[in-house]
Amino acid sequence: MISASTVPAVDLVDVNKSFPGVRALNHVSLRVEQGEFFALLGPNGAGKTTLISILAGLTRADSGTAKIMGFDTISDYRDARRNLGVVPQELVFDPFFTVRETLAIQAKYYGVTKADAWIDEILHHLDLTDKANANMRALSGGMKRRVLVGQALVHKPPVIVLDEPTAGVDVELRQNLWTFIKRLNREGSTIILTTHYIEEAEAMCSRVAMLKKGEVVALDTTANLLRGMAGITVQVSAAALPPAWQQRAETQASGAVGFTLSGYAELESMLAAFRDANIAIKEMKLGEADLEQAFLRLTSKEAA
Amino acid sequence: MNSVVTESGQSDVRAAVASPVARHSYPLLGPGFQALFYKECLRFWKVAAQTVVAPVVTTLLYLLIFSHVLQGTAKVFDGRVSYGEFLIPGLIMMAVLQNAFANSSSSLIQSKMMRSLIFILLPPITSLEIFCAYVGGSMVRGLCVGLGVWLITLPFIPASVLHPLWVIAFAAGGSAIMGTLGLIAGIWSEKFDHLALFQNFIIMPLTFLSGVFYSIHSLPVFWQSLSHFNPFFYMIDGFRFGFFGLSDVSPWLSLSVVMFFVVLLSIVAMRMLATGYKLRQ
Repeated sequence: MISASTVPAVDLVDVNKSFPGVRALNHVSLRVEQGEFFALLGPNGAGKTTLISILAGLTRADSGTAKIMGFDTISDYRDARRNLGVVPQELVFDPFFTVRETLAIQAKYYGVTKADAWIDEILHHLDLTDKANANMRALSGGMKRRVLVGQALVHKPPVIVLDEPTAGVDVELRQNLWTFIKRLNREGSTIILTTHYIEEAEAMCSRVAMLKKGEVVALDTTANLLRGMAGITVQVSAAALPPAWQQRAETQASGAVGFTLSGYAELESMLAAFRDANIAIKEMKLGEADLEQAFLRLTSKEAA
Repeated sequence: MNSVVTESGQSDVRAAVASPVARHSYPLLGPGFQALFYKECLRFWKVAAQTVVAPVVTTLLYLLIFSHVLQGTAKVFDGRVSYGEFLIPGLIMMAVLQNAFANSSSSLIQSKMMRSLIFILLPPITSLEIFCAYVGGSMVRGLCVGLGVWLITLPFIPASVLHPLWVIAFAAGGSAIMGTLGLIAGIWSEKFDHLALFQNFIIMPLTFLSGVFYSIHSLPVFWQSLSHFNPFFYMIDGFRFGFFGLSDVSPWLSLSVVMFFVVLLSIVAMRMLATGYKLRQ
């Protein structure tokens, strides 16, 4: 028998998908191992939602295969879907039901009948306990979003996909939401998320894929992605610039100029250049490289 | 089981998740059907004033007005049945048919407009389960309204039921046809206007020209023969036979027509669901 842990949580092989006039996914292959906390980043229209829709069986790929926990999303769609929980990006709800009914019905769709205790736990962690018997229509946008998260979790899926889960959710509640999702990850669930808040991906995800125009332009551990690019950024206020450095200057707000450096050794030589040219530095600010820069750099490569 | 340490240094505790590789066995109509059928019934029951009581009241008004105006002037079945009695089965069936159609079609179009259809597209529910749940929900609503109309008209015009089995067969068959047609219309429609087209240009004309209010034998020959191409005519005529043992055509012919349409529309609806027509891209 195959050991459960050797099967990838998500396995996409050479997936292609076109919509009229748009190449949404172009030869995308992606493998996410069980237990990973994985981020899918990319600008609007990069194909993130199409990719998730193919995993969820909402969209059919033109070619290629998609598997969830080893189950093909088309030929073994029921087993694939049982293993997957999806939080859709759109704020959708069924206006006929209360929060608790919504969760209970969703659980029943998956054949989970005695879900009361788990639903109570979900409600608690999503700060929805006092709204349990409120009609869906009466909830704020942030609350509806959290019910969507709850609906994705009712059947305790081993693979959880969150498409922009914190959009419109208050900062404080966002923290609670992430604490809960991190706990699910610790308990063994594989988490895949797309987010506009790159700091969220940076803080939580062990691995990142960046999509651009339907292609995977980067796929690495978060640490490697950060290491692979310029190590530090520096902002300098000075009367002039040493000639050798004028080329590399990036104009910043408030008259300062910014540089992206490979590391502290390069910072040393930059400072030496200022000294040699007899230019005094009035003010200097150092910053660590972050995913946002890696992201911008990778996604604007072609334009440059 | 292998224990893998992930990059973040956390030890993997996959054992906590119930063995995911195990393949499940699924019955033909499993929990997905039960849940969706329950949801479809709960949905209309929560707004029963609008979905059950209102059509019962409307139908009662039809009965009171038409039987008052036409009693004595309209002769049906050579006077063997009073016009009021004649009218009752027709009105019951009309209510059954219209409400069965309304249930699946409006449920689907609402979920599509609200985008909440995703909640049934994500779980492991088969096309057959979706089909049976929507049509089943429609039948329950249609039969509830029909039963309501029958009960509320009893004190005014007590209609006897001669052949209960025929009554049940046509009520079930007719509501199944209309529930399925509602499913097809709901999948096909992209907005409420499209659904209104179905209702105004197919359902309403076919219902009113089916002999709800008259026996087709009272019609000119041309209209009489045209009525034979109206499937609604057979549903209502067969249903009426169950009440009086009198009908314009043989109940067996009517039953065959009903069965034919049940099968035909089911094939169309199942095909739409299986290919994901307008539901999955």
